[in-house]
Amino acid sequence: MSELSHHEEVDTEPTLHATHIVSPKVYGVIFGVLLLGTGLTVGASYLELGIFNPIVAIAIACIKAVLVILFFMHVKYSSRLTKLTVAAGFFTFIVLITMTLTDYMSRAWGLW
Amino acid sequence: MDSQAIATQPVHGHDEHAAHPPYLRHHFATVEQQRETASFGMWLFLLTEIMFFGGMFAAYLIYRNWYYPAFVAGSHQLSIFLGTFNTAVLICSSFTMAMGVHAAEMKWRKPLVGWLLATIVLGCVFLGVKADEYHEKWEKHHVPGLNFSVQDFTHPSAQYKEEPPLPMDMAQKTQVYFSLYFAMTGMHALHMVIGISILLVLVVRAWGGAYTHGHMTTIENFGLYWHFVDIVWIFLFPLLYLISRHQ
Repeated sequence: MSELSHHEEVDTEPTLHATHIVSPKVYGVIFGVLLLGTGLTVGASYLELGIFNPIVAIAIACIKAVLVILFFMHVKYSSRLTKLTVAAGFFTFIVLITMTLTDYMSRAWGLW
Repeated sequence: MDSQAIATQPVHGHDEHAAHPPYLRHHFATVEQQRETASFGMWLFLLTEIMFFGGMFAAYLIYRNWYYPAFVAGSHQLSIFLGTFNTAVLICSSFTMAMGVHAAEMKWRKPLVGWLLATIVLGCVFLGVKADEYHEKWEKHHVPGLNFSVQDFTHPSAQYKEEPPLPMDMAQKTQVYFSLYFAMTGMHALHMVIGISILLVLVVRAWGGAYTHGHMTTIENFGLYWHFVDIVWIFLFPLLYLISRHQ
């Protein structure tokens, strides 16, 4: 019995926020911002921004993705374990992209 | 505490641990812990998905840098209208899915079924538009390996007269663009098909009250999957459809 309550004590900490219910109002606002972001990214693609065209497109996509992750996927209200897991995933993805591109760029230096 | 207590636990065991809901598995201490564990497992699966799509995104980045003119010409063959429309459809479906999760949390059975059905309809609309786009690619001979011609890129038709004709070697490289286009949107569409199939099962079970009388972890975790598929498209859309549109 005492062992069980010990477990409960330990397990309460990471799951403290697990039952947070996100209100439909928040979903609605995020939904609107996502549609706005889609409009912006299409509009920006018609502007002559030179090297910044892809940068703006990726930046808007990243903002939209972060909004989906934080609110639709409840990560903002999740435990630290979940936050760390998600962050680890994207960190590994960045490693994949950076290391691959570093290799390609440095092997044929100046030819890419 | 004798050994009998284990064998007869469902009947007599409740003095040992507090009465628990029938959906709490015995290897979890609390419902919250069970929910957290399921969510953690789902996220681990999604991490493998990130790396799976990440490999294709890495390939896309490298080839786009190598054969940029071919990627521009290939991208300009896609319809911005259809791409934008489908992006909006998918964002709507993410919203309906989020509202479905909310309905499950509030234990509202009929709204849950309604939101899930809306998500299915929007998912099907997305796939329908995608199928139309694929069909158009087939008719224009833009399917590498099966039905491909460089004609449109070496001798642009009147419709694309502002496009500079590509030299033969670069025009051939549009096949790399279309290969990646079909691989990435195809894998994304496959995820949508799987998602819609699972949704059909969820709707039937939700109608029977499975997620409004018990726990709704299944709905919550399916929501994570659906939103992930949405995120993949959020990146695919600008990368495939919107290369150098100002030219």
